[in-house]
Amino acid sequence: MRAVMDADAIARALRRIAHEIVEANRGLDQVMVLGIHTRGAPLAERLGKFLAEVEGTSVPVGSLDIGMYRDDLDTRPTTPLGHTELPEPIDGQTIVLVDDVLYTGRTIRAALDALADLGRPGKVQLAVLVDRGHRELPIRADYVGKNLPTSHTERVTVHLDETDGEENVTIHSMEGAPA
Amino acid sequence: MRHLLTTEGLERSEIESYLDDADEFVEVLARPIPKVPALRGKTVATMFFESSTRTKMSFEKAAKALSADTMSFSPGTSALKKGESLKDTILTIKAMGVDAMVVRHSDTGAAWRVADWVEIPVVNGGDGQHQHPTQALLDCLTLRRHFGKLDGLRIGIVGDIRHSRVARSDVFAMTTLGAEVTLVSAPTLLPLDVTGWPVATTSDLDDVLTELDAVYLLRVQAERGGASVFPSYAEYRQRFGLTRERFNRLKPDTVVLHPGPMIRGVEIDAAVADDPRALVLDQVANGVAVRMAVLFQLLGGERSE
Repeated sequence: MRAVMDADAIARALRRIAHEIVEANRGLDQVMVLGIHTRGAPLAERLGKFLAEVEGTSVPVGSLDIGMYRDDLDTRPTTPLGHTELPEPIDGQTIVLVDDVLYTGRTIRAALDALADLGRPGKVQLAVLVDRGHRELPIRADYVGKNLPTSHTERVTVHLDETDGEENVTIHSMEGAPA
Repeated sequence: MRHLLTTEGLERSEIESYLDDADEFVEVLARPIPKVPALRGKTVATMFFESSTRTKMSFEKAAKALSADTMSFSPGTSALKKGESLKDTILTIKAMGVDAMVVRHSDTGAAWRVADWVEIPVVNGGDGQHQHPTQALLDCLTLRRHFGKLDGLRIGIVGDIRHSRVARSDVFAMTTLGAEVTLVSAPTLLPLDVTGWPVATTSDLDDVLTELDAVYLLRVQAERGGASVFPSYAEYRQRFGLTRERFNRLKPDTVVLHPGPMIRGVEIDAAVADDPRALVLDQVANGVAVRMAVLFQLLGGERSE
């Protein structure tokens, strides 16, 4: 197992993403940040604070749970549902979805379905802390903290103070372990 | 295979996981589009061998809100009339391609028999006077959403306990979540033996009235012989009815629950039934969310051991 990001690197990546969001949207008008449970939610909170620093205005921040929208409910046990919290209606807004790791893209597919049931956003953008490749769907991130080339046999884990009591991104090999 | 047949022996964590998921489904049901795709392609059969309005419709609404298809069975128009056995009826419907069954039957243990016959999740929708677990879960959800938790709540379950599967289910679920339950009933309306139940008993409603945080009223189960063990409905009302006068003596934040159907003027006065502190319609609404949580968990992927 090796660490690929520490607390400082995570903070720098989020701060840079905040600048990119402001630049791409020419400000923060109608921008709302929604974190995908579990670790996207605290990342969204932090991103909201960086955005407020950059632009001097506060941004609505909420969370999205995709447990009811997974496409593998047949084969994997249900996990406890998280709380979906929309600070205001999403219709017409520019939604920045936030997740920790972008991998197959299936979580984001589910998140897009969940959003469609909650309203009709003007635009949806995606920010991730780590993009590890191996997409199974035509989905890409607009803002990436770190591109991390990996193999299928490796596991990328993001630890955050809010959810794990520590702060880093690690990668370790699952080779030899059952897939 | 995971079933939901009884509340007796359910772990606190299990009950809470149903209630936690149900809290999220309450929010789904409040959306402009109250539907999620979680159980797309699944079929839920409601097998009600005994009459029901709210439970059957509630399960069907829950299944549909999860995008499952529903099939329903009613004995009056079925081949049971031609002499088909319960087992053959169940296996026939299962063979049509059903992913879960909700079973209500007047015989105690019916849902357990069905669970033995089919290799799909079975939910007990009420078996005789024995168990009705989703009713207990929706009651607990209603109390938890109102008070925040059940720990330390004093709940009085009042009236015809003997014939009530609701009372049997509620006693175990509510006490597992930390509530103190008192059964308020006459000896003829209590089960023959409640030793081992985690409850107190009294026959005097007025004695405990002012100590209760929640009053749970029960209908007299006339169809199970409930009306034959006390002299008259007038006397039942006088001893166990939540009259307006008794309601006025409750603590100001005490709430009233009833599983329905209510018989106004017997166990509950009309004015009490219509008071905002009567949570009867909240119970009905929460019932859909709880049944969504149950179907969602039972039909989700098998939990690894």
